[in-house]
Amino acid sequence: MSYIYYPGCSLKGTGRAYEESLLAVLKALEVDIRELDDWNCCGATSYMSVSELKAFALCARNFALAEQQAKETGMTDLIVPCAACYLGLNKAKRYLDQYPDTRRKIDEALATANLAYRNHIRIRHPLDVLVNDIGTERITAAVKCSLEGLKVACYYGCQIIRPYAEFDDQENPTTMNQIVWALGAKTVDWPLKTRCCGGSLTGTVQDVGQRLSYILLREATLRGADVIITACPLCQFNLECYQSDMSRRFKTSIDIPVLYFTQLIGIALGVSSRQLAMQRLFVPFDAKAKLDQVAGGQHVTS
Amino acid sequence: MEKWQGWRKIHYESELDPEFASEIASIPGGDQLLSCIQCGTCSGMCPLTPYMDHTPRQIIAMIRAGLRGEVLSSYTTWLCASCYSCTVECPKEIKLTDIMYAAKRLAIRGKVYPKRFPIPVLAREFFDSVENTGRSNEGRVLLKLYLKTNPFNLLRHAALGIKLMLRGRFSLKKEQVNSRDDLHRILKSLEKERMIKGKDDLRGVTEVVR
Repeated sequence: MSYIYYPGCSLKGTGRAYEESLLAVLKALEVDIRELDDWNCCGATSYMSVSELKAFALCARNFALAEQQAKETGMTDLIVPCAACYLGLNKAKRYLDQYPDTRRKIDEALATANLAYRNHIRIRHPLDVLVNDIGTERITAAVKCSLEGLKVACYYGCQIIRPYAEFDDQENPTTMNQIVWALGAKTVDWPLKTRCCGGSLTGTVQDVGQRLSYILLREATLRGADVIITACPLCQFNLECYQSDMSRRFKTSIDIPVLYFTQLIGIALGVSSRQLAMQRLFVPFDAKAKLDQVAGGQHVTS
Repeated sequence: MEKWQGWRKIHYESELDPEFASEIASIPGGDQLLSCIQCGTCSGMCPLTPYMDHTPRQIIAMIRAGLRGEVLSSYTTWLCASCYSCTVECPKEIKLTDIMYAAKRLAIRGKVYPKRFPIPVLAREFFDSVENTGRSNEGRVLLKLYLKTNPFNLLRHAALGIKLMLRGRFSLKKEQVNSRDDLHRILKSLEKERMIKGKDDLRGVTEVVR
């Protein structure tokens, strides 16, 4: 099975570690993916606030390019790791399907650049692909270094499951948990796993944004998590990069590693920490030391 | 008794804009707005309600009543972080997040959003970056945001910027798509199209409240 990969802007910037670790993990699992040529921004949340139609047009151009690149008559699976892109593209696809008036305008706009969208696109999140296409058995079979003893808080955030729950339960998603279990680790029960981290408010209205992120981090710490994993570049940034700010602001020491779920998988699959871009983290995570500690010095790699 | 503090502004019916609701309802799937039962589930679900000047339930009621100026200049619509908690829980299937977006668009179009408030400025800067290059250039967008709202923030965030740069996570390099002409043609062809229908978007807005 092969996929077309839509990185989105953040995975080339603040979220580079997400791209690097995702590609490393998919390679280790022998999944074939190719990046979409000349992709453009999905529009994210900000673009919607200025022009909804243009936001849909941006997504539709990506669809048309992906269909061209696939050159197949069947469906093309577009892997979209960023939560905002995943929702943006999904939303555009649904609105183009459901509202003929919107569709006509977008089709006409695409035609000015000799492009056309033929409904042959499926939007897939890497969590969906890993659990439903590859399967947790194959992941477990590829584990070289079990994460036994590690307690993980899985953070899904908003836009992967809301408003559309395409591949997981909307109230209580578990795909990330299933992957963590497949790696030998435990997950902590953490009801805030789908509560908003504040999104871009952490940069615009910091008093409010950081408070939202802080609540999540504090609750995860109180529940004994060793590490938080995320599937969104903005969530990862909010939860990780403002921790020293938050410690000052809320007069509590917040110090918990926040990884991309792909980085955690990579550790278990024995991918080097350089390839997993662990050096890009603000709060370092020394996997070997941590695993030794949680296993009482007994941790062995097979 | 001390001087009474609990005054609220009087809204006269003749000053309301009866078309405001149908304008917002003209977005795809927007007519559900008219079936709101004012149950308050949206306000209960919203993680940002405690920080808003009007709760999401109130915003819906205000749109339906025709309080155009108050809705478009409120903090509420901008504080909406698009988490869609309200949208998925609404028993009448009202797409509240989309309604918040519609209000943001009308506020930007009419420049009636709260002055120097960073969220609409970010939206505009983001929009311009994508419109020109086809990509969101995070570094440049943030730089412009702080310059236009509060330049002191640049100093405050300098340490964060440097930490990001050292880890290869922040750059001012301009990323852009190759076929920009095509992209511009597509976007330009939609210039005159508007999702929200309405003859005069700004009727009824006489003052910027903040």
